[in-house]
Amino acid sequence: MSAPVSPRVLRALLPPLSLAALLIAIFWLQPRTMSYFGLNLLLNLAVPIALATIAQMFILCVNELDLSIGAFVSLVACITATWLHDAPLLGVLALAGLVAAYAGLGALIHLRNLPSIVVTLGMSFVWLGLAVLVLPTPGGAAPDYIRSLMTLKPPIVPFPIIASVVLALAVHVLLMRSAWGTVLRGAGGNPQALARAGWSILRIKMTMFALAGFFGVLSGMALVGLTTSADANIALRYTLLSIAGVILGGGEFVGGRVSPIGAVIGAVTLALAGSFLSFLRLNPDWQIGAQGAILILVLALRVLISRGEVRR
Amino acid sequence: MTATLNLLKQPWVWAWVGALGVWGATAAFTGGQGAGEVLRAALTFGAFYVIVALGQMFVVTLGPGNVDLSIPACMTLAGTVAMKTMAGAAAMIPVGLLIALGIGLVVGTVNYALIRLLRIPPIIATLSSSFIYQSAAIWWNRGLRVKPPAALADFTTAKIAGVPVIALCVAVLAVAGHVLLTRTLYGRGVVAIGQNPRAAHLAGVGVERIRAATYILSATLAGLCGYLLAGFSGGAALNMGEEYLLSSIAVVVIGGTSVAGGFANVPGLWGAALFLFLLVTMLNTFGAGAGVRMVLTGLIIIGVIVAASGTRRRT
Repeated sequence: MSAPVSPRVLRALLPPLSLAALLIAIFWLQPRTMSYFGLNLLLNLAVPIALATIAQMFILCVNELDLSIGAFVSLVACITATWLHDAPLLGVLALAGLVAAYAGLGALIHLRNLPSIVVTLGMSFVWLGLAVLVLPTPGGAAPDYIRSLMTLKPPIVPFPIIASVVLALAVHVLLMRSAWGTVLRGAGGNPQALARAGWSILRIKMTMFALAGFFGVLSGMALVGLTTSADANIALRYTLLSIAGVILGGGEFVGGRVSPIGAVIGAVTLALAGSFLSFLRLNPDWQIGAQGAILILVLALRVLISRGEVRR
Repeated sequence: MTATLNLLKQPWVWAWVGALGVWGATAAFTGGQGAGEVLRAALTFGAFYVIVALGQMFVVTLGPGNVDLSIPACMTLAGTVAMKTMAGAAAMIPVGLLIALGIGLVVGTVNYALIRLLRIPPIIATLSSSFIYQSAAIWWNRGLRVKPPAALADFTTAKIAGVPVIALCVAVLAVAGHVLLTRTLYGRGVVAIGQNPRAAHLAGVGVERIRAATYILSATLAGLCGYLLAGFSGGAALNMGEEYLLSSIAVVVIGGTSVAGGFANVPGLWGAALFLFLLVTMLNTFGAGAGVRMVLTGLIIIGVIVAASGTRRRT
């Protein structure tokens, strides 16, 4: 009651504060990153990770979990680097088909009341297998327009920052500020209530999965735009990164409690954590471990804050 | 007659039917050649699946959201540290085993502490901690591949009357797991928590104590599996646990254990482990490439789950 800042606000501030702390630490360790070029280099790979994290967020929002998003992004990358480059029509059709497949998965999981963890684990095999079939050996080429978009050099503010801000705000308006978005989130909070109010939970789940598929496709395309070539294993680690990003950004596993802005911040934080650790000259053996430790640290901070929330 | 009907109602039957069917298809394709060899290999590799799946089964049975994602990292850490400590000396085999089990114990305790103290979902807790175990394994072994003691390697590949010894040992372990699940206070407690944690708590089940024991059991079995697998494959590799993440969950689910928790069975674990291995072998025999093989494996896993959920709803 006498606390100057309410725990709710503190909780919302935790993701941006973690990011700011990390950025300050990086600037301090390596002042040369504090430039247009440095920031561009630092944040480049955060864009596809942020897109994949947003995809995962849509799934988490309806109380499901997608363990196949990494394999899915890899498959999209393979298709983008081959079909979309060589035969654009076929490529577009294939990518649209993938989004439809995601909607179908949502329907299957809902209708048969299947555990999404197991279904998506199975799908990760399917996506990976298809990726190997599309592109057996690493290679391919990025379509020129994606390449030129991802290497855009706008004045003053580096492209990755603009892309992240636009992405966060667009999804925020769509999901948090629109009537439609409120209904979508309601399916995670109280599906029974929504169903009684006359909304189709099936349609909502399909929409959310389709949105996830759509952002997964964007993630794969953005990734190929940066790397210019693809291979079947290019984005496998995105599965874990995306889940961690949503949680870091203040999302919860159940209850439709997610935050698009937080998710983008969480993804950028995770992407930066890697650079931070290499600037620290940390023994490379401990790099992955340190990422896990950062995740645990942020979650511990959140527990402390939530305790205050309960006490009030 | 009624006995047969009752048998068909058991959730674990389908895994065994699937395993037999896949094995039959492989044998038919090769004209019966090498069918015995394939079965022997399936028993050996299946045994490793069953060890970790046993722990994963107890964890999954605790209810929604309970999954141990640190199994691969725990296996790798236990395997590397044990192999390096033994340094190929036969006299050190018991010490190595104790170290592997001890690492599992510590990993399980840390996992549970994170879940309890940070109140984070087990998926994220075991996921973040697994990064740390993986790093510890990399740091400890520095890319060296230490050979296991010859006696340990012999044990993991030995056969009695054509049957792999390790499969026999794991069969005994599975029986113990079955008794633990169906005949002890602990096992009934796990099932009760999975069905309704609040009701279990009110009925006097020590919910938190049982949850702690379950995560520790899962990690300890992962440690044991890492130790044996490192002995079997001529040393610990840093990626040796990788495929056990999916397979430990898949084996539990295909074996008829409910992913929503509260219902579990041990016989299905063996059936599902054999099914998974024989499935890949069959696709290999049919000459499928890596891509086709993965697509079909994924589709068949999903197909089995869809079919299993259908039968469960009707009863």
